[in-house]
Amino acid sequence: MTGFLQNTFNGLVSGAFYALLALGLAVIFGMLRVVNFAHGAFYMLGAFGAYVLLSEAGVPFWAALAIMPVGLGLLGMALERAFIHRLTRLDPLYNFLLTFGLTLILQDLVKLRYGVQSSPYATPSALSGSVDFGIFDFPTYRVFILGFAVAVCVGVWWVLTRTRIGMVVRASTERPELTRAFGINVGRWVTPVFGFGIGLAGLAGVLAAPMRAVNPLMGADLIIVVFAVVVIGGLGSIFGSVAAGFGIGLVQAWGEAYLSQFPIVSQTIVFIVMAVVLLWRPAGLFGREEAPA
Amino acid sequence: MLRIENLSAWYGEAQVLREVSLEVQAGEVVTLVGRNGAGKSTLLRCVMGLHAGQRGTVELDGRDVGRLPAHRRARLGLGWVPDDRGSYATLTVTENLTLPPTVGPDPWSLERVYEAFPALYERRDSAATMLSGGEQQMLALARVLRMGARLLLCDEPTEGLSPLLVQQVGDLLREAKRHGVTVLLVEQNLHFATGVADRHYLLAEGRIAEAMDNSEVRSRERELLSYLGI
Repeated sequence: MTGFLQNTFNGLVSGAFYALLALGLAVIFGMLRVVNFAHGAFYMLGAFGAYVLLSEAGVPFWAALAIMPVGLGLLGMALERAFIHRLTRLDPLYNFLLTFGLTLILQDLVKLRYGVQSSPYATPSALSGSVDFGIFDFPTYRVFILGFAVAVCVGVWWVLTRTRIGMVVRASTERPELTRAFGINVGRWVTPVFGFGIGLAGLAGVLAAPMRAVNPLMGADLIIVVFAVVVIGGLGSIFGSVAAGFGIGLVQAWGEAYLSQFPIVSQTIVFIVMAVVLLWRPAGLFGREEAPA
Repeated sequence: MLRIENLSAWYGEAQVLREVSLEVQAGEVVTLVGRNGAGKSTLLRCVMGLHAGQRGTVELDGRDVGRLPAHRRARLGLGWVPDDRGSYATLTVTENLTLPPTVGPDPWSLERVYEAFPALYERRDSAATMLSGGEQQMLALARVLRMGARLLLCDEPTEGLSPLLVQQVGDLLREAKRHGVTVLLVEQNLHFATGVADRHYLLAEGRIAEAMDNSEVRSRERELLSYLGI
């Protein structure tokens, strides 16, 4: 029982990272119809940025948690203005080429300066130690990640469903042309939404720094699973991306714990789930078939 | 209010409008009738600024709006009632109504909309696509009235509606007209058209074939109906 709860908790923590990254991908895809293959690179930059800020300037974790998402969000907005917005009128292949190329450039720039070895990042002192849940202990930092990620997801959901900005984003996502005909400058919202999605990736990166190995390829490893999460949840579905993020975290953790005698299954379980979901619901669990423009 | 001169439009290589010129005076209700594929909807889309391949002049209150994007045109007072009713699945009924900013001097308040459409009030927190077809049509019309749009561009607002609802749409358009709202209407239902409109343009193969008043449409109803293939 204790083992099961611990596995579950660990699954939710991995799921928190998937959810934050998938959420960013979902809002970006919804608004821009661009699949951002560079998302993992921005996650990596978030973690690396936190590491560099601490080791070279003594900037603590808490400051990095604010600085990196905002900084990367601004970088994302600049990249959207410079490159990404050109994709709207082009074949989707260019979407892949541009954002994947961006990934390689960002990864190699970091490699060039810091090499490929992993850098350690100490858990902030206020969050070291563990929390006693009665029947099991759990690292305080992981409890913090889980709470923080849930709060961020709830906050984003609240903004999207309860504010005028959220209403405009939903309308622009669902039917951009119609929304323009109702007097709304859809284009004005594209850049901030892209920056926001990138900021979420950066935030996940900073959160990952104390518990994952900080290295230039950390995003590349993670993003493959995140894409499976996005597809399972339904491309562009905000709720689906978050639910599938936590769900896949759980499935993965349980798979590793209870199917370890079948390594082939436990290592590929995410993609098995994805295949089954797509056979059953081609648009993903919470996706809607694309309405004709 | 609206002046269109030598408007041509293309879908790729295919030309769907050929040098169309027409005028709608402030406070008028004018219909565009014609067969399917005659270019009626394209003409509305050109006025709204939603069709890319076009040439010619579109003037609103004497101002050339041909180069303005759709959202700027809407803010000048254009109200868009699309043929598919334009309901958002991810927005509630209330959100569908309040999404557009108010753009005219005489917008309906949300209270007034809900007073006029109790059915919408009852389902105000439901997704708009959960409404019946007739309710969605009322929602589309109520939305542009709430904007306070001065020129409504309505693409077949009666299509697929029961006679009772068709009458309701007619009442609504007549009331809008009484308040000085101008309407350009794509319509196949001639009986409905003569009941709400002042004048009619017959569009054929992308050209204005004829301009008619109500008495002319009534006296030639049979001929027109057989031409329209109804």
